[in-house]
Amino acid sequence: MVEVTEKIAIEHGLKSDEYKKICDLLKRTPNITELGVFSAMWNEHCSYKSSRRHLKKLHTKGDQVIQGPGENAGVVDIEDDDAIVFKIESHNHPSFIEPYQGAATGVGGIMRDVFTMGARPIANLNSIHFGSPDHEKTRNLLRGVVKGIGGYGNCIGVPTIAGQTCFDESYNGNILVNAMTLGLVNKNKIFYSKAAGINKPVIYVGSKTGRDGIHGASMASAIFDDKIEEKKPTVQVGDPFTEKLLLEACLELMAGKSIISIQDMGAAGLTSSSIEMASKGDLGIEIDLTKVPCREENMTPYEIMLSESQERMLIVLEEGKENEAKKIFDKWNLDFAVIGKTTNSKNIELFFKNKKIAEIPIDFLAENAPMYDRKWIKAKLPKENNFSKEQFKSLKLGDCLKKILIDPNIADKEWIWDQYDHTVMGDTIQKPGGNAGVVRVHGTNKAVAASVDSSATYCHAHPLTGGKQVVCESWRNMISVGAKPIAITNCLNFGNPEKEKNMGEFVECVEGITEASKYLNYPVVSGNVSFYNETKDKGIKPTPSIGGIGLLSNYKEMMTMELKNEGNYLLVIGKTEGHLDQSVFARNILSEFNGPPPEVNLFNEKQNGMSVLNLKNKNLIETCHDVSLGGILTAISKMSIKSGRGVKLFPLEGLVNKFEYFFGEDQGRYIIEIKPENLENVENILKKDTIHFDKLGLVEGNKIALENDLKISIEDITEGYKKWLKEYMVN
Amino acid sequence: MKSSVIIFPGSNCDRDMDVALKKFGFDNQMVWHNDVKIPKSDLIVLPGGFSYGDYLRCGSIAGKSRIIKSVIDFANSGGLVLGICNGFQILTETGLLPGILQQNKYLNFICKNVFVKIKNKDNKYFKKIKKEVLELHIAHNEGNYFCSKDELKLIEDNGQIAVTYCDRIGNDDEKNNPNGAIKNIAGIFNKDKNILGMMPHPERMIDPFLSGEDGSLFFENLIESL
Repeated sequence: MVEVTEKIAIEHGLKSDEYKKICDLLKRTPNITELGVFSAMWNEHCSYKSSRRHLKKLHTKGDQVIQGPGENAGVVDIEDDDAIVFKIESHNHPSFIEPYQGAATGVGGIMRDVFTMGARPIANLNSIHFGSPDHEKTRNLLRGVVKGIGGYGNCIGVPTIAGQTCFDESYNGNILVNAMTLGLVNKNKIFYSKAAGINKPVIYVGSKTGRDGIHGASMASAIFDDKIEEKKPTVQVGDPFTEKLLLEACLELMAGKSIISIQDMGAAGLTSSSIEMASKGDLGIEIDLTKVPCREENMTPYEIMLSESQERMLIVLEEGKENEAKKIFDKWNLDFAVIGKTTNSKNIELFFKNKKIAEIPIDFLAENAPMYDRKWIKAKLPKENNFSKEQFKSLKLGDCLKKILIDPNIADKEWIWDQYDHTVMGDTIQKPGGNAGVVRVHGTNKAVAASVDSSATYCHAHPLTGGKQVVCESWRNMISVGAKPIAITNCLNFGNPEKEKNMGEFVECVEGITEASKYLNYPVVSGNVSFYNETKDKGIKPTPSIGGIGLLSNYKEMMTMELKNEGNYLLVIGKTEGHLDQSVFARNILSEFNGPPPEVNLFNEKQNGMSVLNLKNKNLIETCHDVSLGGILTAISKMSIKSGRGVKLFPLEGLVNKFEYFFGEDQGRYIIEIKPENLENVENILKKDTIHFDKLGLVEGNKIALENDLKISIEDITEGYKKWLKEYMVN
Repeated sequence: MKSSVIIFPGSNCDRDMDVALKKFGFDNQMVWHNDVKIPKSDLIVLPGGFSYGDYLRCGSIAGKSRIIKSVIDFANSGGLVLGICNGFQILTETGLLPGILQQNKYLNFICKNVFVKIKNKDNKYFKKIKKEVLELHIAHNEGNYFCSKDELKLIEDNGQIAVTYCDRIGNDDEKNNPNGAIKNIAGIFNKDKNILGMMPHPERMIDPFLSGEDGSLFFENLIESL
């Protein structure tokens, strides 16, 4: 056996003082298996050592919250006896090294987190970020990631209903793949990971353990260098077919009463799953590694403990229920092995070939894991740009619009979602490409809306504002389909926390998220943190992804963004100040990359959103779309493209800069379509509620037109918008 | 009318098919792949999905599964057997239907609405459908139908082509071919027209809030014709 030294500990990603702490705690030198276990539990990915103290500040409570952060996934009440289990998780590092498997196992992992709790997955979503389209790696990474997400989700038979794709050069060396799953569960039949009782059998089910993914969690806690290709063996290999069997088998077992607790083997495999179950139950656990089903011969205890082979679960059963449970797993052709038991020792004890080969107090691995108060610096709000009249003089609205619609971050993403099965399960009532994806709660009148958002540009410019903005945007997406926003899950993707600037971005984004989610009563119930998204000293822009869900009590009242009828009025709810700094227009047309992001006014955000829901409940809205990237004109164009209907815009009142008005990215705004006979009523309600609105125009013809300034056919804008990504992928 | 939906490990459109059949009046039951006997049925459905992971070749392992002998016997005795998507692939693997389904021409999974033209109404599957063109939904990676020249001639001569991909008004030309299938074939019959294999999913189009409602026409006709 290898003699453990400080050098070996450092190779395991531990710091010198962390290794010293391990020796002090144990009062001896750990053996190699024990060192492996420590390194897996103490890395950033599993221990949240840099983020823990800040995550405590998140707003996690609410009337509808059944389970907040700290479990496999969050759970919220959606009335009757139904609950939604949901979470988002990153699989960034592996996806950059091996895009297909990295993305596929990201999807597999998050689905396991959800069905571990007893829920049947009903929808998948994802947020993916790539480097500049011109970067040599981008095209292949995008192709691989999309194929991986599709390959896994399509096979399991869970629809991928929404997502988000962004391009920015800050991701050239570190792409982001964040996968989110929603599951449906009876709120009285939720399963948790906390073990209880001693001498209860510990069961291993699912795939066999192989040598894949060893040290995956440590790799995900490291920055990249030139030799990153060598890390390929740390990427796990997914088998969606086995996961489908595991899903069905687990749900079948869960229908009975034999499970005490259940936990999927995700990051750090058998190590973290066994320790988490014991730690939450304040118990010890004994595992005989000889009994673990292995795919390869002569696997060492070290390898078995650290393997991240996919599609595996650990279950603590009631005594005497082993045969009943085994029958179910036999039926589904899955491995089933009793590998240990719970104990009252509060230690993890590992046996191999009849010898005890490791023993560590569980406290040392969980509660005593390091926690750091990293230094961070506060970001200053950048100075506003003073754009001169000269800069707009030669610009034409139509030309700018066409250019913006083919901006990689705006252009249509059909090439991506056509490759995801978004209709399986027969309940998808709003497909990708709308404000949010919507699925019915099977067999009821209810539906759940979900979306995932990020806005790294704003977060980069000012993390506090950006953090708030992304929560608001998620909230707005829920409102835009007519859903009552319920709760969010966050995936916090950042650079190196050991750098004060990056740590500051993290702290302030979390602060922004907290402030907005508290104000909007939109609590965070689950999530994960991905640090060290950095290659050769270059980190990504701070990118918190927010996955939101909302509830429609009657799915027939869902709103969509397609324009409905000639002669209807279009209104903009919310005030348009014309904020161009950090907008797509500023970057793409004016080549201006500095300045503050648009201000987030939470009071207005809430008022405007509630008034849209109120109008919707009174059946006064035909169509709704929130205004985001690219401003009003981009939003209108998307509504026109989807429906094939044109818009006649009313002339702007007063001395307004039309570029600022139509492309500014002020927050808290929605475009709604109103029947002429309802106009007066709607205006009166909005005035009474002191909601600012502008009358924007009429649904008319097949052009987007504004007096002498703009006349552009829908065909004309559709072509570029729909073509960009398809052509990019072919080239 | 009684129907049976076979569940293979990896089937994932079994529930959707069950919902659709029941909605249109079938008394449907689910049958496990490891069973030997199929309960008395007027219709057997092989649903979509990834049976046995579609490892080796799509549908090939399911084509050798324990239950499949009973399906073949039922089909050979004139019983109605419908295979959707992976079910179609399984039917070609068993030899009940000619030809094979290759990977899509552009090598991507495709999930979208398509139009199909009904090529033969002289059978129980399409008999009373008034429309000539249906809007259905596809979701597959291996839907590129192919067969030899001789087989093609035979199936054309026998009127075995059931549906072809087309546009809204029924032009079934190369422009409207989503996956490269020979002659735009989206579904075929056996010689006696009691077996239908089809890539599009009618069970996903049975409600105005889903992708469309033309799937309803398919099931309404089916229950009436039986």
